[in-house]
Amino acid sequence: MHKLLTDSPGTEMLLLGNEAIARGALEAGLAFATCYPGTPSSEIPEQFFAISKETDLYFEYSTNEKVAMEVAAGAAISGLRTMVTMKHVGLNVAADPLMTLAYTGVEAGMVIVNADDPYLFSSQNEQDNRYYARLSSLPMLEPTNTQEMKDWTKAAFELSEELKLPVILRTTTRLAHVRGGVKLGELQPRKVKTTFKKDPFHYVCVPAVSRELHKLLLRKYDQAVEKSENSPMNEIIGNGPWGIVANGVSVNYVMDAVSDLGIEDKVSILKLGFSYPMPRDLCVRFMEPLEKVLVVEELEPVVEHELKTIAQETGLTLEIKGKGVGELSRLFEYNPGMVRKGIAEYFEIDYKAPLPVDTSDFPALPGRPPNLCAGCPHRATFYAVKQVYGTDAIHPTDIGCYTLGLLPPLSMGDLVICMGSSVSSSCGFSRATDQKVASFIGDSTFFHSGITGLVNAVHNNHKFTLVIMDNGTTAMTGHQPHPGVEPETTGLDLPKVSVEDVVRGCGVKDVHVVRPYNLKKTIEAVRASMEYDGLSVIVSKEYCPLFARRIGKARKARPFYVNLDKCKNHRDCINLLACPAMFLEGEQVHIDKNLCIGCTVCAQVCPENAIMPLKG
Amino acid sequence: METGRCLFVGVGGQGNLLASNLLGQAALSMGIHVVVSEIHGMAQRGGVVESAVLMGNVKSPIISNAEADILVSFEPLETMRILGKCNKKTLVITNAQPLPPFTVSLGQGVYPPVEEMLEKIKTRVEKLIALRGNDLAEEAGNPLSLNMVMLGALIGSGAVPVTEDVMKETISTSTKKAFLESNLKAFDLGAQASKKLS
Repeated sequence: MHKLLTDSPGTEMLLLGNEAIARGALEAGLAFATCYPGTPSSEIPEQFFAISKETDLYFEYSTNEKVAMEVAAGAAISGLRTMVTMKHVGLNVAADPLMTLAYTGVEAGMVIVNADDPYLFSSQNEQDNRYYARLSSLPMLEPTNTQEMKDWTKAAFELSEELKLPVILRTTTRLAHVRGGVKLGELQPRKVKTTFKKDPFHYVCVPAVSRELHKLLLRKYDQAVEKSENSPMNEIIGNGPWGIVANGVSVNYVMDAVSDLGIEDKVSILKLGFSYPMPRDLCVRFMEPLEKVLVVEELEPVVEHELKTIAQETGLTLEIKGKGVGELSRLFEYNPGMVRKGIAEYFEIDYKAPLPVDTSDFPALPGRPPNLCAGCPHRATFYAVKQVYGTDAIHPTDIGCYTLGLLPPLSMGDLVICMGSSVSSSCGFSRATDQKVASFIGDSTFFHSGITGLVNAVHNNHKFTLVIMDNGTTAMTGHQPHPGVEPETTGLDLPKVSVEDVVRGCGVKDVHVVRPYNLKKTIEAVRASMEYDGLSVIVSKEYCPLFARRIGKARKARPFYVNLDKCKNHRDCINLLACPAMFLEGEQVHIDKNLCIGCTVCAQVCPENAIMPLKG
Repeated sequence: METGRCLFVGVGGQGNLLASNLLGQAALSMGIHVVVSEIHGMAQRGGVVESAVLMGNVKSPIISNAEADILVSFEPLETMRILGKCNKKTLVITNAQPLPPFTVSLGQGVYPPVEEMLEKIKTRVEKLIALRGNDLAEEAGNPLSLNMVMLGALIGSGAVPVTEDVMKETISTSTKKAFLESNLKAFDLGAQASKKLS
């Protein structure tokens, strides 16, 4: 049995924040869940995927976040308790349904989990999605620890049902990927089937309907304000003259700093858990007796600006600051020391930060950037494309493990902005320049948002080569399935949508399917596509080796070694491929037999045929 | 209890996330308030992996510069790199056996001399426990049990309030049968080595 199905209320378990959210949803009687995976949200749907195999919970990995949002909307409008999860940039993809779903509202509870990523641990930007609550007028909850992640998820379902609106639960990396003790509550039974009640003049958003629905949304917003004013998730702690306002993980930094500085009796802390709509009256009551206020919020000065507005409207003249105090800025994530220093500076408290160990006399330390794995088929594909296209061609790339191809010596990556942009930006590059364009996209990303770009390229007669790197899984986020995976690898009886069929169906005439470990044939296909006067697609198919090992399909090949009698130290292997199984001992390249998976690519690159399979 | 801020650092694949998770579970089972933080995703593809276990009267899940009470490092170069998180009162427990990064193989950098660097570190922190972790893992019968060696070294140092018994119980309940014996042996070897060096 899955550990999150443990039916013993009161038991305390160490749960990852994302597991706590999944548990909270189960305690709320979640019946229907969808997602597109994305760090730091992916462990929530991972729980649902496993649990759906042993219960009647419906779960699906949808093709992208917009689709996931719309699938979930259909279920929630029909009357099932529904959750959809995504990372912050995923909500950009889902923003279109989000904005009008706020107008229609939902019948049963619908919770949208949005995971922000301050400091960009695994993302292309660090946008602050608290603005989406403001843009859509939807309520937002921001838990501050694992226990609240569970409890407030349950509360979010109740709130959603009371307001008949989707509720956004916002986390950040330091909540999603933190483990803490969680006291379990009771699991609720699920209602898994329902009947949709037709109401076209409420759900079909033509202008005349939406004019009324916008009014309805504003009435619901007013109700949400009432709830926010009275919610235990918004809490004033202490009654000193110095005010501190915080949300999310920063609440912890503030609480620790106040305790470390010994100023518990000097401060009043406003913890904003039900952070949108802002509890206006509560904020006024909080600020009235204070000397000044410091706002501790990561990323944008959202609360800071709203508090200033509230103060202006109510004639309060106290000082309110946030960004710019100490090291508190709009960049990256906060940390306990930074917040302690900011508080000390703002309230003029004597404080000396501890001194780090002096390392100024240390030599320059060699870097350890992330790298494509030993035997990763992307490396072979990049090598083949580079052999043909040289260094002047433009290589738009996309979001996945293969983004790492930008690192030397492969250096294959000229633009990444968002999922699917490799395909569409290639259209622009190839028209605007006379340079050759060969772009890269993964299989999951292709299904996510590459297809519409490809149709555009066919219809508008753009000329470039798109390389679809099909490794049979969504590798970067932890091997989730997607529409193109082999059914046998998921344990689910779901039909496979073939990448190649989709490509041909889009109208692409020049299509090549290659196995990248066969360098000669791959290079031939790349050359043919480059010489083709039009749009070409190369589907480069080979399992992600980590995934292959996980599903018991690992290569049964012997590892390779460098035959020192033959090696003349050209070092093409290490200089052109840079597989992490290779290492230098003195001046000689060797291969670590424990890392080598026997992909044979380096053996094909070696001009002396000095790389050979180990015997026995 | 007093606050204990314990930082783990290693290289993707060395298993430091499992070690910090197990320490967190053991602490929770002893009724100690604990938060554990980790980084997943892109950072893990062969790069540096950090995690933190904070015990006692503390809510924040991460450790600021100069604020680690204990550093447990699975790789000596990463010990050097992360030393800014430590101060003169920090206990540093490190594996002394290098896993050179690929940039060194490519000639983009030089791996610093380990012995010399450890000597430097020793004079700047409260205490340095450096052990040959990979050798001990081999001796335990599973080269992948380095994380258990390091966990053993931490518990053996007596610097955290988790007992050997509770830690081994936690390891036992979360290890596959095939690896249990070697994992427990690796833990014991790490604990012994650390006691000898303490």
